Amino acid sequence: MLDTFFNIEIMKAAWPILLAGLGNTLLLSATVVPLGLLGGLILALLARLRSPWVRWPLMAWVDFFRAFPPLVLLIFLYAGLPFIGLELGGFGCVAIAFFLNTGAYYGEILRAGIDSVPSGQSEAARSTGLSATQTMAWVILPQAVRNVLPDLMSNTLEVVKLTALGSVVAMPELLFQARQAQSLTYNPTPIVVAALIYFALLWPLVRLLSRLENRALRTG
Amino acid sequence: MSSWERFLDTFFNARVMAKYLPDILYGMWVTIELAVLVVITGIASGLLLALLRAAGIRPLNWLMIFVVDVLRALPPLVIIVLIYFGLPSVDIAPSGFVSTWAALALVLMAFSEEIFWSGITAVPRGQWEASRSTGLSFTQTLLFVVLPQALRMTIPPLTSRTIAITKGTALGSVVAVSEILGQASSAVSNSYNPSPLMLGAAAYLVLFIPVVVAGRWVETRFAWKK
Repeated sequence: MLDTFFNIEIMKAAWPILLAGLGNTLLLSATVVPLGLLGGLILALLARLRSPWVRWPLMAWVDFFRAFPPLVLLIFLYAGLPFIGLELGGFGCVAIAFFLNTGAYYGEILRAGIDSVPSGQSEAARSTGLSATQTMAWVILPQAVRNVLPDLMSNTLEVVKLTALGSVVAMPELLFQARQAQSLTYNPTPIVVAALIYFALLWPLVRLLSRLENRALRTG
Repeated sequence: MSSWERFLDTFFNARVMAKYLPDILYGMWVTIELAVLVVITGIASGLLLALLRAAGIRPLNWLMIFVVDVLRALPPLVIIVLIYFGLPSVDIAPSGFVSTWAALALVLMAFSEEIFWSGITAVPRGQWEASRSTGLSFTQTLLFVVLPQALRMTIPPLTSRTIAITKGTALGSVVAVSEILGQASSAVSNSYNPSPLMLGAAAYLVLFIPVVVAGRWVETRFAWKK
């Protein structure tokens, strides 16, 4: 049992491969989290325009990407785009897919955050002479983000976990490297170690979120 | 051929679509099967764990919290791969379908246990005390007084989480489950034409748009009344 799942020899051999994978996972996360936040911010700001010409298409857009499994979106881009002569590679496809998919989720969260800031804040800021843009950037958004911080963190956790999808389009991130090592050694130890690395990386965030969620529900 | 016709011929090739439509429909059936199994087993086991946690057996609760944390921290795809490629080494060889089902049900179990537990703890202490003082036992209080109030609160977060995890059925394609994405991908490589992917995408939208819209409705219907 130990020899199968926690084989020390194989762990030693696979360690550099897994470490490279971890580096890529971190790099990928550092790219797609800001991209998703940017997409979400654009959607949330567009939702401020109350015109039905913006609101309905926006809702359809968000529902569309919430209904579409991220892996399907990724495969769609990766396998479909080459047919119209666009070779974006694994990284490009992952970046676009995350921008669209996680952007929809971040957008919903940020929209709820912006809605939670009382309108008096914006009126007061405007009457002191701040422009609409300044009001949004310096008065509304900071309060909005604070109000939905647990949701933003929870979504970020999901996004980091989602980077494992990169393995399907041959991005050399942690899961991909672990599967390579596993097929070279005919032993599941590298996958077990990769799982342990994911756990060590994300456990603090899970603990923190669990505490925040419980507190939110108790105080209502 | 104009470029527009070429585009149509590439992405909406009627001949290719007609040929692979039965495959995609079969994939839809597998996706539905998998999704229903995951939702039922995941939520039922999550509820069971939350009720067990209410019994307040310390060591058991610590173990439960740890397992839930592990399942929340690991990407679902990693859990699927771990089950599918790991277990055969100890002579248990689950199929791709069983691996995906088990992994997603475990993840849903973890998330729903957390949500149910939060709901149970959010019911005011006075409800427990009043109910116990009328002569109801601990189990009766939990099942007939606290749980009904808790469930109402848990519906919005549980709905959105369940939808998110159900979409994970597409991950089954990685371990050769013949659900929609798996069927569409193999059809693309067989026909060297992306039209089956379009069909697959349409199949997902047909299945999940109603679920997302219904979820939106449920979230407003049972929204927090403060």
